[in-house]
Amino acid sequence: MTEPTSDLLRFATVGSVDDGKSTLIGRLLVDTRQLFDDQLEAVATASAKRGVGDLDLSFVTDGLRAERDQGITIDVAYRYAATPTRKFVIADCPGHVQYTRNMATGASTADVALVVLDATKGLKEQTRRHLCIAALLGVRNVIVAANKMDVAKWDEAVYFAVVDQVNEVSARLGFTSSVVIPVSALAGDNVVDPGFMANWYQGPTVLQALEAAPAGSWASSSSGARLPIQWVLRQHGGGRTYAGMVNGGEFTVGQEVTLMPQGVKTVLKAINGPRGGLEVALPGLSVDFDLTDETDAGRSDMLATAPLPTSTNEFEATICWFSDKPLTDGARLRLKHTTRSTPVRVTGIAGTLDVGTLEVGPASEIALNDIGLVHLATAEPIVVDNYRDNRVTGSFILIDEVTNATVAAGMIGHANFL
Amino acid sequence: MSTSTHPQIDHLDLLESHAIFIIREVVAECERPVLLFSGGKDSAVLLHLAVKAFAPQKLPFPVMHVDTGHNFPEVLAYRDERVATLGLRLEVASVQEAIDQGRVPDPGPLGMRNQLQTRALLDGIEKHKFDAAFGGARRDEDKARAKERVLSFRGAFGGWDPKSQRPELWQLYQGKVNSGENLRAFPLSDWTELDVWNYIRRENVPLPSIYFAHERPVLKRDNMWLAVGEFIHPQHGEVVERHLVRFRTVGDASCTGAVRSGADTLDAIIAEISVTNVSERGATRADDRFSETAMEDRKREGYF
Ligand SMILES: Nc1nc2c(ncn2[C@@H]2O[C@H](COP(=O)(O)OP(=O)(O)O)[C@@H](O)[C@H]2O)c(=O)[nH]1
Ligand SMILES: [Mg+2]
Repeated sequence: MTEPTSDLLRFATVGSVDDGKSTLIGRLLVDTRQLFDDQLEAVATASAKRGVGDLDLSFVTDGLRAERDQGITIDVAYRYAATPTRKFVIADCPGHVQYTRNMATGASTADVALVVLDATKGLKEQTRRHLCIAALLGVRNVIVAANKMDVAKWDEAVYFAVVDQVNEVSARLGFTSSVVIPVSALAGDNVVDPGFMANWYQGPTVLQALEAAPAGSWASSSSGARLPIQWVLRQHGGGRTYAGMVNGGEFTVGQEVTLMPQGVKTVLKAINGPRGGLEVALPGLSVDFDLTDETDAGRSDMLATAPLPTSTNEFEATICWFSDKPLTDGARLRLKHTTRSTPVRVTGIAGTLDVGTLEVGPASEIALNDIGLVHLATAEPIVVDNYRDNRVTGSFILIDEVTNATVAAGMIGHANFL
Repeated sequence: MSTSTHPQIDHLDLLESHAIFIIREVVAECERPVLLFSGGKDSAVLLHLAVKAFAPQKLPFPVMHVDTGHNFPEVLAYRDERVATLGLRLEVASVQEAIDQGRVPDPGPLGMRNQLQTRALLDGIEKHKFDAAFGGARRDEDKARAKERVLSFRGAFGGWDPKSQRPELWQLYQGKVNSGENLRAFPLSDWTELDVWNYIRRENVPLPSIYFAHERPVLKRDNMWLAVGEFIHPQHGEVVERHLVRFRTVGDASCTGAVRSGADTLDAIIAEISVTNVSERGATRADDRFSETAMEDRKREGYF
């Protein structure tokens, strides 16, 4: 396991529309004084203009004209915050079913999911869908804000009903931690400042939970080290080095590495990092490698250490489908995996996930926003790890060959709960 | 090359490596990329990263300056010095030329030209058949930018459609476009203003002198300090004063404001920015003050 950095936490908001995700992020940013005076003033002006009170906190992230006019989040907003102990990259995601692809975009790079739900309404189907997607994407830690506790009159029973529901799904989806916090995003209780309305609650505020959550888990991996080659650099004097970004584990000068899919073994002669030569290349670093032997390595190939990835043309995968046109057996698309693009064909649809029951049932096609299990065959071999072991070499996207639109997020293998 | 014995990497290292990764992906996937180089600090950092991404090879694509014709002389000198030192190929997309050829209406010699940049940019992209343009935009600059993908797909008219952005998952950047369409690539998306300054200090990235405190004649207009010079003259009752100022962003000289500051070193600038109460664009861009969604509207029309 490699933990590249612990001072930066990436998290995404998750949950159904109108449960208060954007308001909570607005509250978090305002109460930790992340907003500049002019930005705060602009939010106040925009609120007054639309008659939605003195300060509509959702306008902090809902920055598009249509979002403010309609009072909804359409696409992910990224915000950056820093407290004395930690830096945050925040992805405030939309809740609507039709924007699931945008939610997946925001959650695909998150270490932690901040689940927001309306405590008076409980865990809705859309919240379960988001939780499934977050779990599929490999999120292991969730922080749950049981929001609108002001509406619930801070009733303890309402909170504990949410806790029970969350614990049940959490166990099924395999989250390793799921703290549930009673919150009023609107009033600010238990977001940054503790809530005095709930003397029965002794746990952390949302900010405390975020500051305590394990960072860097996105890049954690149980595979060997991997370098998908992006580019071959010609060195002065005729040599070549192989450039890319390290993932999965670390490379060390002098180490034996395998060029995949060729299966050729060689030795790592030197590592150049952005700031000069290195003995060790850690995950997340863009480097170029000098190898001891002459090889025919190029873009799309991969350098790897044991345990080695698999080179394959046929594999099972879990996908999240984003196109209006359902995916059917036999469909032809393009696949991008690490730095390789290759034609791909669907050779079988094993089923789709019912997010209500969390059971996989038989299906003949995969519809918009469905999660499905498929068998794929690629024209060129791809060099993969199971997504559970490595998020970089285990993930791919599917692309429509005519429009070039990205139509699916794919993960090699399937999650434990499927 | 020196070898580090401390393989620890920090936040700036990760931002740097991620940006280099994005630059290499776009160059590998696109036919004719270009880097938009304004001479401002963000494009200076972007250029620095692009050079690193392909060293020791030369930059495998040109840079383009979208020139409003209202330049700070210090910035033009800086641009030309960078181009000469790094051996770059420079294209200039000129707003003045667009005005002269009647492609855009003439706002008058002193009129604001930031809006007209879009036409010059799109014409430049079309003329050279660029299919990808790197820009130094950051998501912390503006609420519309906060919504934009790292690779921002633009249709045949160059416009941004925020309601139908391509999904962008993990670090799988997908840069394929059909002919006539193009892509804007923002490798600094996740950088904050402070990250940029810290990186400039760490890497000694050269900058135009106007980023550092200096004395110059300025006048106050719309609550902003504008540099008196070729493009800004005092009008009815405006008083010219001499002040110690610096620029926090660099744009069209007729609408980029200066801030009163004595910060004449990178350390002093970083100290100043760390405690400021005003955003970068709020402090310095007259063009963004007129409407709530100024940036979104310009992007929809094809702006950076
Ligand atoms: N009473 C109450 N209303 C809230 C609370 N949080 C959010 N809201 C309201 O719920 C609505 C939806 O909020 P928003 O943040 O846009 O939800 P999102 O769709 O999840 O981002 C808005 O009208 C908010 O003012 C809360 O804690 N209490
Ligand atoms: Mg929202």
